[in-house]
Amino acid sequence: MAEHHIRCTVNGQARRGIVESRTTLADFLREGLGLTGTHLACEHGVCGACTVTVDGRAIRSCLMLAVQAEGATVTTVEGLAGADGTLSPVQQAFMDAHGLQCGFCTPGFVMSVTAFLEANPDPTDSEIREGISGNLCRCTGYQGIVEAVRLAATRLRAAEVGA
Amino acid sequence: MKAAPFDHHAPETVAEAAALLAEFGDEAKVLAGGQSLLPLLSLRLTRFEHLVDVHRVAELHGITRTDDALRVGAATLQAEAEHDAVVAAAVPLLARALPHIGHFQIRNRGTVGGSLAHADPASELPTVALTLGATFEAASVRGTREIAADDFFTGTWSTALAEDEILVGTRFPVWAGRTGYGFAEVARRHGDFALAGVAAAVALDADDRITRVAVGMLGVGATPVRAGAAEAALLGTAPDAAAVTEAARAGMAALEPADDLHATGAYRRRVGAHLMETALGAAIEEARRG
Ligand SMILES: Cc1cc2nc3c(=O)[nH]c(=O)nc-3n(C[C@H](O)[C@H](O)[C@H](O)COP(=O)(O)OP(=O)(O)OC[C@H]3O[C@@H](n4cnc5c(N)ncnc54)[C@H](O)[C@@H]3O)c2cc1C
Ligand code: FES
Ligand code: FES
Repeated sequence: MAEHHIRCTVNGQARRGIVESRTTLADFLREGLGLTGTHLACEHGVCGACTVTVDGRAIRSCLMLAVQAEGATVTTVEGLAGADGTLSPVQQAFMDAHGLQCGFCTPGFVMSVTAFLEANPDPTDSEIREGISGNLCRCTGYQGIVEAVRLAATRLRAAEVGA
Repeated sequence: MKAAPFDHHAPETVAEAAALLAEFGDEAKVLAGGQSLLPLLSLRLTRFEHLVDVHRVAELHGITRTDDALRVGAATLQAEAEHDAVVAAAVPLLARALPHIGHFQIRNRGTVGGSLAHADPASELPTVALTLGATFEAASVRGTREIAADDFFTGTWSTALAEDEILVGTRFPVWAGRTGYGFAEVARRHGDFALAGVAAAVALDADDRITRVAVGMLGVGATPVRAGAAEAALLGTAPDAAAVTEAARAGMAALEPADDLHATGAYRRRVGAHLMETALGAAIEEARRG
């Protein structure tokens, strides 16, 4: 059984590990690096709970092998808040707009929405719904999530103007 | 669930990848974006001892335009092609079909060649390739060859590629003159595989007469199919709305979509005729403005 030494940057830190060929990026993050904020539910690409960004692109970490992340820059939900614990604008908006109930899906949503708003800072409601269509939530009914995305977009644009 | 163990190989050239496939035979499979293959492995619906990951093969990446064709390297990300201005200008049908694939997170990993090689009958890119008459470039230790779109899709999830062949790139013809394109599909939710869909391309002469027309469908057979009857009804005419409706009806009447878990054949037939009318109407409308 092949083992691979991998190196990558996770949340700004150089990390390394030894993985099997079949180890997914999600399992490496959770079990290898202890970053359990990345959640796993379906493990076959349907739910989006495992979303992280790799080289700036939001992807499903259950559908990427850890070996494929060799040399990559990975950001997980643990990498969003400031060093002092200040939540990112998207995290804060999910809290303020009741974008979560049990919170299981939330890391995936927050990662997807962060990438989505970078690409589209001023989305329409239908673009928001399309943007979150790759993430499933069993609790909220999505209304609070759509509201959170709108709120985050507004705040991010205001911060942009202010800067 | 987790995939059964396998060995991951990361060749850096097509020649190395081809040699690995030749060496391991039916125990090996090409891995590209993994957005179809990794779910199949995780669900243990299939199993391979060796995955030959083509991501680091530089020759497989990139988009190039010549006068009459757009070449998309097999390992080019769907997201890259989707946002590429050259693609949008040269092959608008491809640019319009791409956003219908899954979700943006899927297109951030999924490759153009992976979608074509996977050949799901409900997927968008195989239908675009068949509609436009794309050419597939394949390589193996035995050399390289080209495969016409008409011969490429042989059945559900199967293509003319041999087990030891790599898809290197795909050339999509660039249509010249007054052209227009339409793409329409129906899925249960955004990002789901479509129940049915239509890709249409037309070219008009100065009198708005159709000089070239191609209509392809997804989700209505084991492979993407051309709606030849609709094409025949329109070629050489300057159709009004009623004639487009009639052509779409005729095009759909010649096809026999099957029942499955997701929809009945009868539903697909009705919705297919409507989608064909929509896609053709949009294509003709756009070409007339050109
Ligand atoms: C939630 C979800 C929704 C999706 N929705 C859609 C959708 O609506 N429409 C759609 O079209 N697709 C959809 N997909 C599938 C997606 O488009 C895949 O990316 C695509 O089918 C396969 O491309 P890949 O690069 O990921 O290939 P892989 O998964 O890596 O490979 C797929 C197959 O192609 C073969 N292959 C790949 N590259 C080559 C090559 N260069 N030469 C020879 N063989 C090769 C592999 O051996 C394998 O058999 C969805 C996937 C998910 C997880
Ligand atoms: S756990 Fe990755 S998509 Fe569901
Ligand atoms: S908040 Fe419970 S699954 Fe989304």
